[in-house]
Amino acid sequence: MTTRRIVVGAHYGTRGWMLQRITAIVLAVYTLILLGALFAIPEFTYGTWSGLFAAVWMKVATLVALLAVLYHAWVGVRDIFMDYIKPTGVRLSLQVLTVVALMGYGLWAVIVLWRI
Amino acid sequence: MAELAEKKERPQFRNIHVTQILSYRLPPSGIVSILHRVSGAMLFLVGFPFILYLFDQSVTSEIAFERFETVVAHPLAKLVLLGLAWAYLHHFVAGIRYLLIELHIGIEKPGMHTSAITVLAVSLFLTALVALKLFGAF
Repeated sequence: MTTRRIVVGAHYGTRGWMLQRITAIVLAVYTLILLGALFAIPEFTYGTWSGLFAAVWMKVATLVALLAVLYHAWVGVRDIFMDYIKPTGVRLSLQVLTVVALMGYGLWAVIVLWRI
Repeated sequence: MAELAEKKERPQFRNIHVTQILSYRLPPSGIVSILHRVSGAMLFLVGFPFILYLFDQSVTSEIAFERFETVVAHPLAKLVLLGLAWAYLHHFVAGIRYLLIELHIGIEKPGMHTSAITVLAVSLFLTALVALKLFGAF
């Protein structure tokens, strides 16, 4: 049995691979929902636009899409780093930066949605 | 034993060097593939923070909404938005192609070729529509 561990990498990548596809479908569906909602409002103003996100169903849909895009971006960016950044230390640092950035974006989005 | 030493050196196939990228002609599938990666990176690096900033401004208050409208009206912002629109549309359309391929739909060589060209055509056409909308044609 092998006990060698890889510090940065896909490990046993099936879950990431699968979730990449599932989150892609979630994002595609959300895109269509958002476009539909955008075409449904009579005029693009502060009231109609923020009103769209005031509805609980839209908040929930947006939060689900947010979680999906965070995970989707993580897998995609990690794949790019794994392909092009060979030194382990540099790759690990970039991956940590990516995770921190994604957590920041996620929290920012939640705060904005919370206020509406 | 003598003929072994005379053996011609076999050609070695390695990854192309960065400097060879531009002279290396990719098939349509390859173009779609690398653009999927480029567009994904664009969306992560520029799209995520910029769209979040605009979203923040657009839903926070009437005054912030006006600021949002001013920012979006700037030609430079419009160019960035157009670039992001292309990135999103390409990533979206190419992504659907990949999902279909993984379901083993259209995996024969001619099918792959046609669908790759279709992806490029559809995403560029939709980007052109966004450009017309952004720069006030309708």
